Amino acid sequence: MAQSNNSIKKILIVAFALCIVCSVVVSTAAVALRPMQALNEELDRKTNILRVANLYESGMDVEAAFAEIEPRVVDLRTGEYTDEFDPDTFNHFQAARDPASSRTLSGERDIAGLSRQENYATVYLVGDGDDPEQIIVPIRGQGLWGLMRGYMSIEGDGNTIVGITYYEHSETPGLGAEVNNPRWQSQWEGKRIYADDGSLTPAIRVARGSGSGEHEVDGLSGATLTSNGVTNMVQFWLSPEGFGEYLARFREDVSLDEAQDADVELETEGA
Amino acid sequence: MAADSPKGVLVTPIFKNNPIALQILGVCSALAVTTSMSVSLVMTLAVVFVCAFSNLFVSMIRQHIPSSIRIIVQVTIIASLVIVVDQVLRAFAYQMSQQLSVFVGLIITNCIILGRAEGFAMQNSPKMSFIDGIGNGLGYGVVLMVVGFFRELFGSGSVFGFTVLQPVQDGGWYVPNGLMLLPPSAFFIIGLMIWVIREAYPEQVEENEFKMKHNTEPKEAV
Repeated sequence: MAQSNNSIKKILIVAFALCIVCSVVVSTAAVALRPMQALNEELDRKTNILRVANLYESGMDVEAAFAEIEPRVVDLRTGEYTDEFDPDTFNHFQAARDPASSRTLSGERDIAGLSRQENYATVYLVGDGDDPEQIIVPIRGQGLWGLMRGYMSIEGDGNTIVGITYYEHSETPGLGAEVNNPRWQSQWEGKRIYADDGSLTPAIRVARGSGSGEHEVDGLSGATLTSNGVTNMVQFWLSPEGFGEYLARFREDVSLDEAQDADVELETEGA
Repeated sequence: MAADSPKGVLVTPIFKNNPIALQILGVCSALAVTTSMSVSLVMTLAVVFVCAFSNLFVSMIRQHIPSSIRIIVQVTIIASLVIVVDQVLRAFAYQMSQQLSVFVGLIITNCIILGRAEGFAMQNSPKMSFIDGIGNGLGYGVVLMVVGFFRELFGSGSVFGFTVLQPVQDGGWYVPNGLMLLPPSAFFIIGLMIWVIREAYPEQVEENEFKMKHNTEPKEAV
């Protein structure tokens, strides 16, 4: 018995059979549990949207509270709302992969390291849809180890930050992963995105040392590259490439003409 | 180890032959997941499950495992079980799986489980191996729960999330000990536990491998 166990034939049979059995077990578990996991991830995403808007309390009914928030799809090229897509089912990650609904980014324009950007994105409005108290926009970009996905909540003036949160990232625990430390996140509250001169280019950044100015947030010590990633993605998504023009509609210091000019400039740049 | 009865196999690893306290295995994850008791409990259940079933399956096919690839076979079985546990946690306890993060996956490398598969399940019947797996998982769990109790109590002032010592930042009197939330504190607590267990079972104390010399030889005054 012991002798035949060690024959090459037996070794191959055992190894092969074991692999088959184990892979069937593992894939069955993965496939069978996928719908529940997707539900959990969706719930986690909604919880994060509520949290970034300071509406979250532990133990609350997330679905009910989320129903109060109005999702709208925005055309990032014009900054206008569009009714082409259903905001409840529109997936901007899928849109970013589809050449028909996205554009390529390269070189200096791709500071967030995305390589493709969707033309439409879902924003979430708290309060009255026409004059919202808060606008929650999705942001994403490369951190140190991979893509970071999160949300930023902005007050109805289109300029003052309410909060920032990340629901998916793979940064180093204890260093870069501190982006989800509530103490660090609380610094963002009240910071202003744009300078007062009506510029569409965001001035907000994560600074080294003491982030004391109204456009500066204190960096994460020991996580310079994650901090840079946060700066880049925030500056990208709030610039005219991202939500800059959409947010300009809410700002008092920007006339819509200027926004249109920037739009033209961008078109030529794109061409 | 006089542990041939099923009860002996189950109970001995909990205190007398504890995998962490006597064999000093699996300490890494014990440092990482013991900041709160509820996380420790989920980790304990995961390890009990994986250890029991990996022992069971290894023991069931032990007559057919070629000795040249036996470690690979054992690790494959353990890894499959760990992935199943990870998937189940993500489906039914999402918040918990976020807190445990990589440490569920790292059960694969927990020496206790491979140690039991190789050391016990390869020589014993499936039934005994299964019980041995539960016993060793519980032995690991007891240490985790004790360490978790002290770390959560002194680090956050709570037990299982219920506030016992009202911390200062919530308007209470207790100043939480930040060290208790960091991994090194688990070293101190595990060390103290080993001391207590060895006081209770003096036969666990190893003999000195060499004798310490005095720093200075006492000499007669001239």
